[in-house]
Amino acid sequence: MGALESEKGRVTPALQISGLKKAFGGLPAINGITLEVMPGERRLIIGPNGAGKTTLFNLLTGDLRRDAGAVHLFGEDVTRLKPHQRAHLGMARTYQIITLFGKNTLEHNILLSLLGLSADRWDAFRPLARHGRLYEQAREVLKLVGLEHLAARPIAEVSYGERRRVEMAMALAQKPRLLLLDEPFAGLSREERVAVGQLISGIPREVTVVLIEHDMDTALDLAERITVLHYGSVIVEGTRAQVVADPKTREVYLGG
Amino acid sequence: MNRNAWLAILALLLAVYPLAAGEFYINLASQIFIAAIFAASLNLLVGYGGLPSLGHAAWLGLSAYISAWLFLKMGLGHWATAPLALLATTLIACLFGLIALRATGLGFLMLTLALCQVLWGTAYRWVAVTDGDNGLRGLTRPAPFGISLDDSTAFYYFTLAATVFSIWMIARFVGSPFGAALRGTRDQPRRMGALGHDVWMVRWVTFVYSAFWGAVSGLLFVYYNKYIHPSSLSLTTSAEAILSVIAGGSGTLGGPIIGAAIVVLLKNYVSAYIERWNMLLGFVFVVIVVFMPDGIVPGLRRWWARWKARKVA
Repeated sequence: MGALESEKGRVTPALQISGLKKAFGGLPAINGITLEVMPGERRLIIGPNGAGKTTLFNLLTGDLRRDAGAVHLFGEDVTRLKPHQRAHLGMARTYQIITLFGKNTLEHNILLSLLGLSADRWDAFRPLARHGRLYEQAREVLKLVGLEHLAARPIAEVSYGERRRVEMAMALAQKPRLLLLDEPFAGLSREERVAVGQLISGIPREVTVVLIEHDMDTALDLAERITVLHYGSVIVEGTRAQVVADPKTREVYLGG
Repeated sequence: MNRNAWLAILALLLAVYPLAAGEFYINLASQIFIAAIFAASLNLLVGYGGLPSLGHAAWLGLSAYISAWLFLKMGLGHWATAPLALLATTLIACLFGLIALRATGLGFLMLTLALCQVLWGTAYRWVAVTDGDNGLRGLTRPAPFGISLDDSTAFYYFTLAATVFSIWMIARFVGSPFGAALRGTRDQPRRMGALGHDVWMVRWVTFVYSAFWGAVSGLLFVYYNKYIHPSSLSLTTSAEAILSVIAGGSGTLGGPIIGAAIVVLLKNYVSAYIERWNMLLGFVFVVIVVFMPDGIVPGLRRWWARWKARKVA
């Protein structure tokens, strides 16, 4: 508790989703989800393909407009805010389908991330190359994910696993309060999974992490609490042991 | 030789050019400069912002018409018409940007085209202000510091200075953090939003900035011709500019300048010999796109790199 304690003596959740709904052409994708993630928590959201995991993320970041419900970030109502405004309140995300600036170098990718939250982004006159502090920060971030030696390499010339790590680096560079990871292990080899797993475990506790994954075994040991999503609704939520033991989980994953 | 040495040689050539060339060629060069600013300003949207505009003639035509109208009908001097024309054009661009940037891609293209067609139609029909199809005549060139620009050499240097300054300002814009963000919004707009960049605002600011430099070229255009006709607001004017950008290489600094030079040369020089110069322009454009799909500047750069690689091997 402490700084985040609210008047009622209750810790303000890092992320509070209440009654969130979204339908695509009458087909409900998110069917009234309510959940809370506490500061510093590592939450895993699992569910089979089509459960609505990525749609949920897109609603949280503001890429999609919700039909009903509300999203609070550290007690602040962000439901009506644009994606860039949410980023400024400390929300960062990665993408399941790698979304990087392919022609640019790794360093430049990180720079764009740093610029996003820096007032320097409105500087339309002084050359980018003269913003030395940003370059220093970018190098530090790349070092953190072990890609410093590739800083000058274009994204198109590095491996898939390395791109995954750049995805993470771009989110971490913003020092977010809430980090949303959309299937960070997708398409990785076993060794690469270990590397990304270590990267996620190394994220400081000030950062709240919500991770979505469709494969149950991959990310199980990274999270304290797990939410199982099925057809846009929460069907089970609890600790790792509770969720694994719950018959409804098995039903979803083994088809009953 | 490095880039600065090349630039120094180019500067020297441009400085001594009027001493060697005749009046026709001096005027031709001035026209190329004006077209180069116009194309380079459009390139900010098309090349760096990924926003294909087919209405860029609006800015050339508006600033030319406003400056001419203030001079002829309001009786203002050049010292007042120039800043007022630039200001008014930029303010209208602020408004047009709000409308055109409701969309991107093809929608943006159609909206910019439609807005410019409205201006073109107005120039034809609002005879009280524009003198319609007759155009506004009886204009003069300004005389900064008492130097008359009626002399083609003086006008050449004046236009050259304006062009160097405009291209430099555009280069600074492109090379700045804002320019980097602009290219980011072209390549991954959603990602840029998630990173905290206000994608819409970045585009709108670029739209207005691009219009401002288009307006600068419009002033030079009306000074050069001492006459303005609705055709300068036509689709052809916009299309020529976008052709220059694509032929020269969109998203490069030099591309629009080379492209503008080709279009102006074909239009003025070749049309003296071949009546159907438009056909030749089309043919030249097809040849460029076949051999260098992304334009002359990137194409030459690639050839140069290949040639150098072969020399090493």
